[in-house]
Amino acid sequence: MQAVNNLLERLEARDIRALARAISLVEDSEEGASELLASLSPRLSGSRIIGITGPPGSGKSTLTSKLARDFLDRGEKVGLLLIDPSSPFSGGAILGDRIRMQELSGRDGIYIRSLGSRGSVGGLSQATARVLRLLEHFGFSVIIIETVGTGQAETDVVETVDSVVVVAVPGLGDDIQAMKAGIMEIADVFVVNKADKDGADRTLRQIEAALQMQEGQGMHKVPVLATVASSGQGVTELVAALDAHYKYLADSGELQRRRERRLRKELIGYVTSVLMSDFFARSQADVDAKLADIIQGRTDVYTVGRFLSRKYINERVERDAKQD
Amino acid sequence: MAEQRKIRVLVAKPGLDGHDRGAKVVARALRDAGMEVIYTGLRQTPEQIVEAAIQEDVDVVGLSCLSGAHNHLFPRVVELLKAKDAADILVVGGGVIPEDDIPFLKESGVKEIFTPGTSTGDVVNFIRSHAGSK
Repeated sequence: MQAVNNLLERLEARDIRALARAISLVEDSEEGASELLASLSPRLSGSRIIGITGPPGSGKSTLTSKLARDFLDRGEKVGLLLIDPSSPFSGGAILGDRIRMQELSGRDGIYIRSLGSRGSVGGLSQATARVLRLLEHFGFSVIIIETVGTGQAETDVVETVDSVVVVAVPGLGDDIQAMKAGIMEIADVFVVNKADKDGADRTLRQIEAALQMQEGQGMHKVPVLATVASSGQGVTELVAALDAHYKYLADSGELQRRRERRLRKELIGYVTSVLMSDFFARSQADVDAKLADIIQGRTDVYTVGRFLSRKYINERVERDAKQD
Repeated sequence: MAEQRKIRVLVAKPGLDGHDRGAKVVARALRDAGMEVIYTGLRQTPEQIVEAAIQEDVDVVGLSCLSGAHNHLFPRVVELLKAKDAADILVVGGGVIPEDDIPFLKESGVKEIFTPGTSTGDVVNFIRSHAGSK
């Protein structure tokens, strides 16, 4: 297609507008996305990918901005993906993380993009994997993804990035909260931000104690760092901890494992979404008809579900047989 | 599921005034109309606004100004977008803007000016009908 070819050419020429447009394309349209992404050269990623996650208001954006600044200062090319929640009702979103990125404006070597979550509930956006592919292709050496504000269970980021930074703040709960499954388990580096606030020491100790109980899962000991992102305090140490973790990943072979996990997830995610679209496109009328029966109490969701999925698969097999 | 193209709007406050209530009301209305609103906050230079508009691939830039400097700031944003080969991005403005200034602003390439009393529905409709021609 002409449009895609044109976009590819401009991407090769490192045109920022083309990158921005390509990201919108892979966000908005399944077909456009697969056509464009399949045309990219299949080279392996040279980008190092960092995820920042934590509760709303914990200072993720400010911390992300400072991290980006430090990476820029040492000559890296930095891509930032800032994800904020989309409305489950209107589909709209207020994407406000960029407010904290003012000090990065006007600098070369950085690209900042805000993404709405668009129905994804795991802390990332529906198209994050595809957008990442574009940023990697464009040649950013460091890519930082800031998730939506997370609670306890939004852990998609761990299957998408090389290193996960979990940002905690003082005063959000006791030591049992720190022991719970989910977010607390996915950190490669822990940060207690707003460390100038009351209770920061206690939070640090609770997290350290909780981590000690889960040691032994890997060779990497998860550091717990104190930062004050607004003043930049502790950011140098955070960069050092991330460098150390990346070195551990590379040396131990864990980097390969993580990337394989990510590719698997991306592949299965793509196939699932193609199948789902096809199912909805072909079975909408069946779904509507059977729904009426379920509501009337004549049958139930699981009987109908089994019937519809078998019907869909059988029709699909027949269709494919005819084409052969 | 096939998805439709999402309209993206940058809402920014160029210049030095600190009154962002209007910008926030508009941002909220656009959100409720299903658009993605990139909100960049107060005291933005035209250069910062244009950089953000391009990186974010927005369809529309909405500028709010209550300081009286609109005759300088709004056309400057249009000019910089043109210089960056991004003249297809629509620029609209709002705030306390005297009637007499509106013809000049429109001649300078600002597509529409929304003065106090405009309903948010009118803003939404204008953006819906003019955006997305890219």
